[in-house]
Amino acid sequence: MCGIVGLFLKDRALEPQLGAMLTEMLITMTDRGPDSAGIAIYGDDDMDVSKLTVQSDTPDEAFATLQSDLAIALGGPVTLRRKDTHAVLDIPRGQIAPARAALMQIDDGLRLMSSGDTIEIYKEVGLPKDVADRFDLRSMGGTHGIGHTRMATESLVTTMGAHPFNTGPDQCLVHNGSLSNHNRLRRKLQRAGVHIETENDTEVGAAYITWRMQNGATLGEALESSLDDLDGFFTFVVGTKDGFGVVRDPIACKPAVMAETDQFVAFGSEYRALVGLPGIDTARVWEPEPATVYFWSHNAAPTQKAA
Amino acid sequence: MQTIDMDTTALRDLNAALQAQAEQTNQTAWEIVNPKGSHAIAVGLDAPIEVTVKGSTGYYCAGMNKQATVTVTGSAGPGVAENMMSGTVVIDGDASQYAGATGNGGTLVIKGNASSRCGISMKGIDIIVHGNVGHMSAFMAQSGNLVVCGDAGDALGDSIYEAQLFVRGSVKSLGADCIEKEMRPEHLELLADLLERGGCDAKPEEFKRYGSARQLYNFNIDNAY
Repeated sequence: MCGIVGLFLKDRALEPQLGAMLTEMLITMTDRGPDSAGIAIYGDDDMDVSKLTVQSDTPDEAFATLQSDLAIALGGPVTLRRKDTHAVLDIPRGQIAPARAALMQIDDGLRLMSSGDTIEIYKEVGLPKDVADRFDLRSMGGTHGIGHTRMATESLVTTMGAHPFNTGPDQCLVHNGSLSNHNRLRRKLQRAGVHIETENDTEVGAAYITWRMQNGATLGEALESSLDDLDGFFTFVVGTKDGFGVVRDPIACKPAVMAETDQFVAFGSEYRALVGLPGIDTARVWEPEPATVYFWSHNAAPTQKAA
Repeated sequence: MQTIDMDTTALRDLNAALQAQAEQTNQTAWEIVNPKGSHAIAVGLDAPIEVTVKGSTGYYCAGMNKQATVTVTGSAGPGVAENMMSGTVVIDGDASQYAGATGNGGTLVIKGNASSRCGISMKGIDIIVHGNVGHMSAFMAQSGNLVVCGDAGDALGDSIYEAQLFVRGSVKSLGADCIEKEMRPEHLELLADLLERGGCDAKPEEFKRYGSARQLYNFNIDNAY
């Protein structure tokens, strides 16, 4: 199963409540995925700052001197905000690649959850409400975000098997469904030099999209080609710096409901996840078409492109 | 009128109360408020009662219905009126995938659009959709009637048996062994009755009829054991 929620705010007045709204949506989807939960949240775009979110199973030790260690390695200001097992590192804008390399030198036990200018990804094993409490998701503001509740079918219940997956700078992917050609595709991508960490099917889907974009595809093109190259069931929601996208496989048996008002565009695996949103009773509610890529962006008109 | 508020009544208690209504009940009108997309609302009913759900429902609303009339004033999630035996289910909004799946009898009216697999494996139910239906509708449909006042998606009526399909708008593609068929006077008469039961003002003459070409393997007697 698995549950997906997504919320894209048009009304900036709602931005401080983004985390609270997404958390309610996420907890409603507990029945669809009680194993683990995660959220990708897009915050302020500070032109001086890029962000890395890292996770450690031994955060007390791992995060003790991480801020100063990374500052020395980069030769610039670094701030660290710890949230439970995760830490968000604010680094000078544009320093993501050297910072990632430095992190591996400092502590190769750190797991990189996300990198980009505005994205932060938090994910852990456990009931969605417990995961939300650990990270205090309710208190977070932002422009848009995506959440996932996991019911594992294809690989172990681990932190790295939880969603969202970071697919590139400020990009992430969540998945409801199961890919059936992920082993073959994983071998193909690994031969092409793509690093894939787990036996998880969605990680392969995420790596596939990253690989396509590294070879010149846009995110939309990568999603469209996923319809040909990925076998199995999927409803994907992807997050980008300025919005989110949705694509369902041609069979479309994994559910998806969208709602739109003047204030927001919301995604839920079920309508239940959307009932707490303001003005939902008068929202336009519909199901995204199969094999069709949709995008909503803060910087452009909504697009819908048949794949 | 009995009103049940799902904010304060558990789903099991709601369904137990509705399922307890006997043939001769005098509590014939029920209203359910605050459904909020809950699953399995008003399932397994077997009494001539009228249930109105004020709002939108989740999975499997009005499944296995007998005799009862269930109206949803919002939209319905996947599997609405699944395996209905008799009675009537009316959705004022849209219906998600596999509406009316495996239905043996009764009438399902969807005033908005239905999603994919509407009427999959239908076995005698009559389904009237005011809007469009999605892909793979009436897949392996065995008997009954599906009326679509709008358009049908890909692979309509794939591997269909004896069900009859009537579509007013376009059909994106027909599934395996599904063909357009001649509309004879008896079909127009049947369709007029279906449209009236579905509260549609469309004219039977505007529709095309589709059904099985009976060319698949299972229709050839030489393949019988």
